[in-house]
Amino acid sequence: MKKQRTFSHGLILGAFCLGFGIVLAYSDHITVDDIKAAALQDRLNSLGQVIPASIHDNNLVDDAMVMNNQGDQEITVYRATKDGKVTGLAYEIFGVGYAGKIKLMLGIDTEGKVLGVRVLAHKETPGLGDKMEVKKTDWILKFDGLSLGNPPVEKWKVKKDGGQFDYWAGATITPRGIVNAIRNGLELFAANKEKMMDMNAPKAEPNKGGH
Amino acid sequence: MAQYKTIVKDGLWENNGVFAMLLGLCPAMAMTGTATNALGMGLATAAVMAASSMLVGMFRNQITQEVRIPVFILVVASMVTLVDLFMNAWMHELYKVLGMFIPLIVSNCLPLARLEAFAGKNSTLPSLMDGLFMGLGFTIALTMIGAVREIVGTGTLFADASLLFGPAFKVMETRLLPEDTGILMMILPPGGFLVLGLLVVGKRILDVRAGKAIQMGGAHSAA
Repeated sequence: MKKQRTFSHGLILGAFCLGFGIVLAYSDHITVDDIKAAALQDRLNSLGQVIPASIHDNNLVDDAMVMNNQGDQEITVYRATKDGKVTGLAYEIFGVGYAGKIKLMLGIDTEGKVLGVRVLAHKETPGLGDKMEVKKTDWILKFDGLSLGNPPVEKWKVKKDGGQFDYWAGATITPRGIVNAIRNGLELFAANKEKMMDMNAPKAEPNKGGH
Repeated sequence: MAQYKTIVKDGLWENNGVFAMLLGLCPAMAMTGTATNALGMGLATAAVMAASSMLVGMFRNQITQEVRIPVFILVVASMVTLVDLFMNAWMHELYKVLGMFIPLIVSNCLPLARLEAFAGKNSTLPSLMDGLFMGLGFTIALTMIGAVREIVGTGTLFADASLLFGPAFKVMETRLLPEDTGILMMILPPGGFLVLGLLVVGKRILDVRAGKAIQMGGAHSAA
C-alpha cells in the first residue's frame, strides 16, 4: 500500500514536470528566432551610436573579430568598412567605477581618433554617478574627436588628478574610471593596430561574444 | 458574487500582499526606485500570479498534499520562464528595462503563498481572481512606494514611462520638483525601507479609524 502511494506521487510530479517541460520547450521554439533578432538589433543600435552610418557600407556584426585586451579579457572588435577598406572600429572597454565595473562601447577611426563613446552598463548611484549616460548629460560627448596625442597622454585624466577632463560634483571616481577606460582603449588600438584592422583574420561568429 | 467581492477587497486592500502580509519585499525594495519600474514589475508579477493560480485551481484535485509544494514551485517557475521568453521576443523594449528583474518573481514568496493558501483549495475561476487581484494589489503597493520614493528622491513622477509602455504614455511623465532638489537617500535602499514602513503605518491608521481589528502579518492566511 505504502509503496503504491509513493509510486503515484512520483507519477503525479513526473506528469507535471513532463507537461511543463513540453510547454517550455515549445515556447522556446517559437520565440528563439525573435529573441535572436532583437539581440542583434540591440547590438547594431549600440554600435550605430559610436560608428556613424555614413562611414561604412558593411554589416558591423558580420565583420567582427575576437581578441584579448590588456586585462586578458576576450573582447569582440567590430570593424566598419567602406568599399572594402577599414574606416573605423568599435569595441567594448571597461572602467572601474564607484560600484563596480562600467562597460562602455568605444568607436574610433583608423587614426585612433574617438568617433563616439557610450555607456552600455553600469551600477553607479542614480542621480549622482549616472551623469555619463547620454540621456542625462552630454558629458560623454566631449570625448568625440580626441585621440592619444590630443590631449597628450599625461593629460588623459580628470582635472582633480592633473588632467584636462571635467568631473561632476560629488562624484570623481566614476569619471576617473571612464577616462582611464577610454585611454586604455586607445592604447589597445595603438599597440594592436595592424591586428585589429586585418580583415583576413578569422571572423567572430555573429551570435557569439558580447552581451 | 459575494465571494468575488471578498477576493477583490482582500487582494487590493484588506490582505494586501505587501502592506498587510509583508510578503514579496525583495522586489518591493529593489524595483521601486521609480514609479515606472515599480508599475512594470507589479504588472509582470500579476500576470504570473493570475496564470499560476488559475493552473493550480484547475488541477487542484490531481495535486496531492504530499507533492503540492514541488508542483507549486514548478508552476510558478514555468510561468516566470514563459513571461521572460515572451517579453524578450515580443516586448523587447519593456524587456530591456525589466528583463533582469523578471527572474526575481520566482524568489517572490507571494505567488507561492497564494497557491498554498487559496488556489490549492478553490476552483479555477475564484483562483484566477485571487491571483489576479493579489497581483494587482501588489502592483498598487509597489507603485505607491515607487511614487513616493521618486517624488521625494528625484522630483519626478513616472519618469521614462514612455520607454516602458510606449510613446502614448509620455503624458504620464511629470516633474514635480525642480531638478537636483531630490533627497538622494530616498532612491537608495534605505529610502525603500523608510517608505514601506511609513505606508504600512498609514494603512494601519486607516484600518484602526475604520474600526477594524488590525491583522498581523497574514494572520488569516496560511502564509
